[in-house]
Amino acid sequence: MDTTLEEFIELLQDIKEDVDFENCTTLIDDHVLDSFDILSIISTLNDEFDISIPAAEIVPENFNSAVALLDMVTRLLDEE
Amino acid sequence: MRNVLEWLETAAQACPDKLAVADESSRLTFAALEAEARAIGSALAGRVHAQDAVAIYAEKTADVLAAMLGTVYAGGFYSVIDTRQPKVRVEAILAALSPAAVLTDAVHADAAAEMLEGTGYEALPIEDLAASAVNAAALDAVRAAAIDTDPLYCNFTSGSTGTPKGVLVSHRSVIDFIPVFCSTFGIGADDVIANQAPFDFDVSVKDIYSMLCARASMHIIPREYFSTPTKLMDFLCDREATTLIWAVSAMCFVSIMNGFGYRVPTSIRKVMFSGEVMPPKQLRIWQKWLPDATYVNLYGPTEITCNCTYHVLDRAYANDEVIPMGKPFANERVILLGEDDALVTEPGEVGEICVSGTALGLGYLGDAERTAAAFTQNPTNKRWSEPIYRTGDLGKLDEQGNFVYVSRKDHQIKHMGHRIELGDIEAAATGVDGVERTCCLYDAKRKRLRLFYVGSLGKAELAEQLHVLLPSFMVPNAIKQIDAMPLTKNGKIDRNALASL
Repeated sequence: MDTTLEEFIELLQDIKEDVDFENCTTLIDDHVLDSFDILSIISTLNDEFDISIPAAEIVPENFNSAVALLDMVTRLLDEE
Repeated sequence: MRNVLEWLETAAQACPDKLAVADESSRLTFAALEAEARAIGSALAGRVHAQDAVAIYAEKTADVLAAMLGTVYAGGFYSVIDTRQPKVRVEAILAALSPAAVLTDAVHADAAAEMLEGTGYEALPIEDLAASAVNAAALDAVRAAAIDTDPLYCNFTSGSTGTPKGVLVSHRSVIDFIPVFCSTFGIGADDVIANQAPFDFDVSVKDIYSMLCARASMHIIPREYFSTPTKLMDFLCDREATTLIWAVSAMCFVSIMNGFGYRVPTSIRKVMFSGEVMPPKQLRIWQKWLPDATYVNLYGPTEITCNCTYHVLDRAYANDEVIPMGKPFANERVILLGEDDALVTEPGEVGEICVSGTALGLGYLGDAERTAAAFTQNPTNKRWSEPIYRTGDLGKLDEQGNFVYVSRKDHQIKHMGHRIELGDIEAAATGVDGVERTCCLYDAKRKRLRLFYVGSLGKAELAEQLHVLLPSFMVPNAIKQIDAMPLTKNGKIDRNALASL
């Protein structure tokens, strides 16, 4: 996949502008993102990368930071 | 019947040991729920008088439900406060409500103390109230004096001027609607209702009172399960849920998050949804995995007690089709009023959706002006008093006589299940120092709130302030600083020009 972390963060910023996706590693643990935000992120990632994130992947470890989210997307694309 | 507690009392007589309500860790039978509500009611009876408000600051649990019913035993009406709101919002709600008591539970005791600091209120622990002795004489006296048009609950929604609006609903309206709701969809004693809606949302009124009226069981799904689909699906399967009365956005969680790919709750027989227009694409995922369930589209604002129309789906809908709102429930009248308040009867012609009947709420708490504007005389009836509620929603009739939702008349939107007045967000932003003019738009397709403002304050500072002033679902997804508001030739803010920025 040729999406850089910067581009990926931009994508996330478009969903929720005032979240520090660059540095925050506790997006879920500290309730920075609520379930509505998570839903928006999943919809956007599904559309943007043409993937279908399985329910079992929707866990805090994968959503706590931009890096973790990008890792998950990369892994799902590799598995295809 | 003139009090909703009669449902609880007859159920506690008829099936005392049957499960009434369960949450993640605790469960109450009908007898236990009645006993706990009576204990709480007895403890409150000296403090709360007839028609007084009681605020409950807690997340939904079985004990919180007992506290709501305990409030009713004491003769008061309850208002559950969303715990995710900022302090200024909670203060505004308390000011409007002026409750005789504020209740909380052990989990929220610290947060409640912080929220109440400086308000003069002190939260009473529900656990302590529940341990009180029952004062049967006091409860009987309260009941004897109560009438069915007394308020039962007050739910707060966004208001266009920046002050939350408290919608007040009476016992009578709930006693009228719930038996119709249960019989229309065959909700009975063998049903297991999986409650999704928070108790400050009127969607939960259908869960709670259907459970009491039909002697069904209700399982409260913790809010956080709606960000972890595996937990949610496990809960639905393990509790053997049969009935879902959910917000559209909650149903979309399951389908978008691939919940069915993990586990299918095959016990589900009835799926009813409301709150927003259901995207057919998401509904088809549900229909694919649970093909034998009955799906019902429900429509109606809080002001008319949950819902006024319903449509039982008879087929799958294509992406570009709109699922009808359907036909009115028994004992509710729905009409369309066009230009000059004339009755619209021609299919395809658009009018404002207006409702009359026992379902009408008591209005907005402490706000006669807004109540008078929304609850008016039916302009087509010149002969007697027939109040209607003007929903502000535009609708039309299709060829089959079904009502079909078209759009809003004003700037109220539905964002992720929440009713939001864009003016409410604008009022909050305009009130911040260094902000001169604001305009908030909603991009419905991408589900994004966009705020435009003119002023000297930086974007990040404004965002920070808005987090203090507004609940998180009302904080704009994007904020843009502009030099001047584009205006139409009439001098109004040109929303179309802003939308294309």
